[in-house]
Amino acid sequence: MSVRMPEADSAVLARRAAIVKALRTIVPGEGVIATEREMKPFESDGLTAYRQTPLVVVLPETTRQVSEVLAYCHGEGIKVVPRGAGTSLSGGALPLEDGVLLGMAKFNRIKEIDFDNRIAVVEPGVTNLAVSNAVAHAGFYYAPDPSSQIACTIGGNVAENSGGVHCLKYGMTTNNVLGCELVLMNGEVLRLGGKHLDAEGYDLLGLITGSEGLLGVVTEVTVRILQKAESARAVLVGFPSSEDAGACVSAIIAAGIIPGGMEMMDKPAIHAVEEFVHAGYPLDVEALLIVELDGPVAEVDHLIARVEAIAKACRSTTCRVSQSEDERLLFWAGRKAAFPAVGRISPDYFCMDGTIPRAALPRVLAEMKEMSARYGLRVANVFHAGDGNLHPLILYDSNKDGEVEKAENFGAEILKLCVAVGGVLTGEHGVGVEKRDLMPVMFSEIDLNAQQRVKCAFDEKGLLNPGKVFPVLHRCAELGRMHISGGKLPFPDIPRF
Amino acid sequence: MPDILKPRDAKEVEDAVRWALSHDKALEVAGHGTKRAIGRPSQTDITLDLSGLTGITLYEPAELVLSARAGTPLADIETLLEKNNQELAFEPMDYGPLLGGEAGQGTIGGVIAANLAGPRRIKAGAARDHFLGVTAVTGRADTIKSGGRVVKNVTGYDMCKVLAGSWGTLAAMTDVTIKVLPRAETQATVLVEGLDDARACAAMAAAMGSSCDVSAAAHLPDHVASYFDGLPNAEAATALRLEGVAPSVKHRKEVLAALMKPFGKVALLDEKESRALWRSVRQVKPFASEASRQRPLWRISTAPARGHEVAAAITPAAQMFYDWAGGLIWVAMPYGDEPDAASIREAVASVGGHATLVRASASVRASADVFQPQEPALAALSKRVKDAFDPKGVLNPGRMAAGV
Repeated sequence: MSVRMPEADSAVLARRAAIVKALRTIVPGEGVIATEREMKPFESDGLTAYRQTPLVVVLPETTRQVSEVLAYCHGEGIKVVPRGAGTSLSGGALPLEDGVLLGMAKFNRIKEIDFDNRIAVVEPGVTNLAVSNAVAHAGFYYAPDPSSQIACTIGGNVAENSGGVHCLKYGMTTNNVLGCELVLMNGEVLRLGGKHLDAEGYDLLGLITGSEGLLGVVTEVTVRILQKAESARAVLVGFPSSEDAGACVSAIIAAGIIPGGMEMMDKPAIHAVEEFVHAGYPLDVEALLIVELDGPVAEVDHLIARVEAIAKACRSTTCRVSQSEDERLLFWAGRKAAFPAVGRISPDYFCMDGTIPRAALPRVLAEMKEMSARYGLRVANVFHAGDGNLHPLILYDSNKDGEVEKAENFGAEILKLCVAVGGVLTGEHGVGVEKRDLMPVMFSEIDLNAQQRVKCAFDEKGLLNPGKVFPVLHRCAELGRMHISGGKLPFPDIPRF
Repeated sequence: MPDILKPRDAKEVEDAVRWALSHDKALEVAGHGTKRAIGRPSQTDITLDLSGLTGITLYEPAELVLSARAGTPLADIETLLEKNNQELAFEPMDYGPLLGGEAGQGTIGGVIAANLAGPRRIKAGAARDHFLGVTAVTGRADTIKSGGRVVKNVTGYDMCKVLAGSWGTLAAMTDVTIKVLPRAETQATVLVEGLDDARACAAMAAAMGSSCDVSAAAHLPDHVASYFDGLPNAEAATALRLEGVAPSVKHRKEVLAALMKPFGKVALLDEKESRALWRSVRQVKPFASEASRQRPLWRISTAPARGHEVAAAITPAAQMFYDWAGGLIWVAMPYGDEPDAASIREAVASVGGHATLVRASASVRASADVFQPQEPALAALSKRVKDAFDPKGVLNPGRMAAGV
């Protein structure tokens, strides 16, 4: 593990037996896991390059237990790492040696479905797909659809503000969550939002969403559900260059069309996927677009014709419209299998997650090609083209000496490039531990301190998921101090009336 | 009269806040001041007038993004977007006429600070949902940035969300980046006439739960129907808007009309009437007239299918109508100096949601809770968030609640 985590508190490690005993009084039976062997499955999340056995694993079943566990840890100064299904790609749920791992998997009930108000109230351990499945009989679904939706949980989606291929049109988690029950590190239980829209005061729900488990533990979530579109069709378009494909994406949006999904793949990704899935992707193109239109048949037919015309004008070499639901799903099967497909052609890979202004795509791809040659590592790209979210997959072999570090450096260089062209470090996977030390590339110390002060408002002792997101941790007392300098000012420099 | 500080750039905003900090002065943060009369009355020494920070600094229609200085007039932004067949999808409403001011004023910073939205809130979200990036000066005189110019971004906390709807109490925004979207090619409205409130909420729930992709749903009871534009008569009207490309609107209009038939008499509004109607809904037209402006005005957000239950618990002497499929209720109280906060809040409490007293005299606003009071633990957390940004209370202190 090459990432430095906060130093373990030896006093906490020394008290381990007493801590386990105290936790067992709060969560009885199998809810406390303390043997090395049984804790093994919890030692990493989706970012498997980093591993750590936690101090102890606790699997509470009720909000009251969560509250009591947190209050106990708060009182005793013990760190806590919350975890949903452990699918984070950025190490957000990486355990701490001296920290309690708080697994929320037993919070797996769907508590209420209210079609009249178009909401579902679910516990955080319910999987993303289970929400859609629970309302499918009435034609509804839950819009955010991260690729891991079969496994990832709503609680984790809230923590990471998860997106998916349809978020250009339907929004990310933050646009689809109406309320939650939240337990603070000190054990206080709060309710934010509900079945109504917008906050009565500060939008704390918006702040919680995407906070990577650093502000509180969510024990219930109210999500919006939507009626499914009447129909959907996809168009598969091949281009002789990524510039042409990018221009086509811009032209589609400029024509006033917001597709349900718009995905791009580069040549290495197309080839890896086609060998794996046989989706019928053209192999003689440099870039491939999947454009999905959804809505009533009349609307989809109308828009498909316009997209085809735009694609032709953008020098597309192939253009296929799905003729059946099976064919549409086959087009997507390739894209959705892109990560495992790349996994087949390389022993290991890192998945990066920068977002860039789309106009910068040709430059970013060209520079990435140069880096690929320089590092001697292959890279394949899949791209949420509508919103500029780029997933370069860096192929490496961890059994080769020094190759992990090389891949990490390559990844860091890509993300710095994303920021340099006006983009950001992460579009949907989160900062976690993986991109933590790159935060200063995007934020000044003043920016990061302002964010940490928000953290202090929720968790004044800094016990909840420390070591994630922020590269340097400050004590809240230190951050709270005011240093007012100067103050001579604005008179007469500022116009005054 | 309080003094006014009018910075010319972001650096001068920082200087002004630093000066206020060191001289123990409180600042009223304002753009055009169109929403000045919302909130607890100002307890500030000097106005920090941000209307000098103007200019659209970036507009990339194909990337659906626009950046502007916070004091840029909303009208300038909407005009530019319209030229490119784009718009702010959240349809920010205009408080100006409701509060006795002119229509069409206001800055983009004010739109965000008040988290404005219009009828399309139920489909497209509010300002919060379109607010991508910010540079702002906190009450510590720190210039901070958050977010970016890309739509998809989870790098660090989403500070944009907490600034949206914070009414200038956390930071003075200097630059903002927002998501823009294509304007729908055309629109139409399906009307169901003569429904009572409960039946109307059920009809709106059925419409919203259909695959017709309804982009706005309002119920205009008969006592206010005549104030709205575009309606064929003064009967109660339940209005459902459809937007999109022409073949799609045509198809959905037919499907929705059939779906609504069991609820009551169905009528259709063409594009022109539909636009006129929704403009008047967006601007809360019945309660903007000079006579109506004497009435205290409440804005209630609640569970949409139960909006009528909240309304039923309010005095029948009040005037009201529903937007957001029943989830937003505008209530004009009958008597000038009596907002009757206790009964309104009780009505909301029975269903869940919140009520904001958006119009009342300064003396009433000084004594009543303008924003929904919070549970003690939540109020304490809100106060700690305020302190994280503005520990000395130099920015709009007390506007949302005592100490916040």
